[in-house]
Amino acid sequence: MKLHEYQAKEIFGSFGIPIPSGKVATSPEEAGSIAREIGKKVVIKAQVHVGGRGKAGGIKFADTPEEANEVASKILSMEIKGLPVKKVLVGECLDVEDEYYLGVIVDRKSKKPVFMVSSAGGVDIEEVARETPEKIHKYQVDPARGLMPYEARNLAFKIMSDGKLAMKTAKVLMQLYDVFTGVDASLAEINPFVRTPDNEMIALDAKINIDDNALYRRPEIAKMRDLGAESPYETKAREMGLSYVKLDGSIGCIVNGAGLAMGTMDMVKLYGAEPANFLDIGGSSSPEKVMTAVEIILSDENVRAIFFNIFGGITRCDDVANGIVEALGKMDIKVPVVVRLTGTNEDEARKILKKVDVVSVNTMDDGVKEAIRLSKEGE
Amino acid sequence: MGVFVGKDTKVVVQGITGRDGKFHSLQMKEYGTNVVAGVTPGKSGQDVEGIPVFDSVEQAVARTGANTSVIYVPSFAAADAMYEACDAGIRLIVCITEGVPTLEMVSLSGYLKERGTRLIGPNCPGIITPGETKVGIMPGRIHKPGPAGVVSRSGTLTYEVVYQLTSREIGQSTCIGIGGDPIIGTNFIDALEAFEGDSQTEIIVLIGEIGGTDEEEAASYVTKSVSKPVVAFVAGRTAPPGKRMGHAGAIISGGTGTAEEKVEAFEAAGIPVAGTPAEIGEIVEKTLASKK
Repeated sequence: MKLHEYQAKEIFGSFGIPIPSGKVATSPEEAGSIAREIGKKVVIKAQVHVGGRGKAGGIKFADTPEEANEVASKILSMEIKGLPVKKVLVGECLDVEDEYYLGVIVDRKSKKPVFMVSSAGGVDIEEVARETPEKIHKYQVDPARGLMPYEARNLAFKIMSDGKLAMKTAKVLMQLYDVFTGVDASLAEINPFVRTPDNEMIALDAKINIDDNALYRRPEIAKMRDLGAESPYETKAREMGLSYVKLDGSIGCIVNGAGLAMGTMDMVKLYGAEPANFLDIGGSSSPEKVMTAVEIILSDENVRAIFFNIFGGITRCDDVANGIVEALGKMDIKVPVVVRLTGTNEDEARKILKKVDVVSVNTMDDGVKEAIRLSKEGE
Repeated sequence: MGVFVGKDTKVVVQGITGRDGKFHSLQMKEYGTNVVAGVTPGKSGQDVEGIPVFDSVEQAVARTGANTSVIYVPSFAAADAMYEACDAGIRLIVCITEGVPTLEMVSLSGYLKERGTRLIGPNCPGIITPGETKVGIMPGRIHKPGPAGVVSRSGTLTYEVVYQLTSREIGQSTCIGIGGDPIIGTNFIDALEAFEGDSQTEIIVLIGEIGGTDEEEAASYVTKSVSKPVVAFVAGRTAPPGKRMGHAGAIISGGTGTAEEKVEAFEAAGIPVAGTPAEIGEIVEKTLASKK
């Protein structure tokens, strides 16, 4: 789960990391009054879950509260990469001398938290990694003891030579590690981490991604989920325990298991069409889950055919078949439905499906080809 | 033969009295797995269709000589269950549970490594040496003993591939589901190393997916250290960047972890990459035929 900048800054602040003063606003008037409180030049930043906000015009400055009101009104009516802006962060504008990068992630290869620091802050760090990798210093943390103060100091001295500034930076690195473990982050990043003319070290931006698996033990973080940032169908899928990602094609796919679901999408493409979605109905599939899955797929008006690809292990084919029968009975399904069921209780499932108007196939290959063929019949 | 599990495997089931734990314990037993014990704290003295239940793994090991644990407990209890198994002297832990917090896996990985305990999973279907023993949730009847070693990050996609192999009369030495999480125990390289040293295995099928760089590392390991033929498949060629595709580990982030990179790495290592699960069967069949 991604957090917005204003949420990440709240968390940073509560762990003691210096952040600029500021507040989140949902209306131009609110933005104006926050700017009045701050009492100087402000920066207004769109709060959306996409990179490159600045380039898209989602970050602007305002000298007066009136101007803040005006600028916020513009940003709040924008869409950035398809996402409507519903909130802006209004923060004090700081003069900046130097920009650094501080980040910590879970490194899959070493199975450890890894810090990355760089004196080349304020730009896309992936670009720095590609073009000037020597400017990024990496450091693995032993998770059993955490980041030791001496390690934080050594890391800080890699990117700055002034002792006082390095001590301040080391403190922030320790705090950043506490944030990382304290909220179960998969990434915690300050870019840029800046030095002001009076030698304060401040987190000008903030990014935190949370490990979804840990949300159950971080209820205060789980509450921060921005439902406005996902489609209502994604919300519904998540609440039902389905994994759903909408894509742009015409073949709706309902599959059990993430790998097989990806394999099915890939096969649709290989045979000349485009998948409409990724959808994993998960292990134990009740008829209810199947109903919800069909409803979600049908909410996408690009869908021209639905393909069920089920390899029963824990998932029982008869459960899925019952769900399909129920869905066909209750919903007005105008597109052809192709079903492939193999595995646990497949014979019973076949009998159940004889009652309804679906195309049964024996293999995944046949199913994909048939779904594509039928999807084109209506054209 | 096969790898990691076989005739000597004696299984203790952690979470045996839960719905899934009970169901799969009986399925494993039916397949012929030597399920010697179950653990559910507070239920010592009971039995699940003849399998004795203990309060702790330590008790179970002391009384039955269990050497392998399979875990079906809920995600919040899974890390604890793995530490418990390790501390009780279990040498192989198979964790089926999905949803274990990543930072718990980070701490646990170092702990297990120091003690030399092997972990398979979490978030995996388990491991099966067909005809000998099954430790996990895969449908046993689609497998048959034979020359193909299978290692995969996925569950049902592996069943699909195994089904394709078996329907061509190609059996399997061992099938290992290593799991779909970002931090897992046994990885592709561990499995490749084991298959290379296994006399039954003549060909290795590697099923990868988007996210991370395990496939790339496996490809370069094959070039250096594997003499047996390897066939690969990569799921997620149509996956968009930045979106988690079901598995916690299946995400393209910061431009890395794409299917294209993985396919390229395999091809550069001379490993054929199948376009569909059915094609894996074809390639394996041809490769085995050409060896004879």
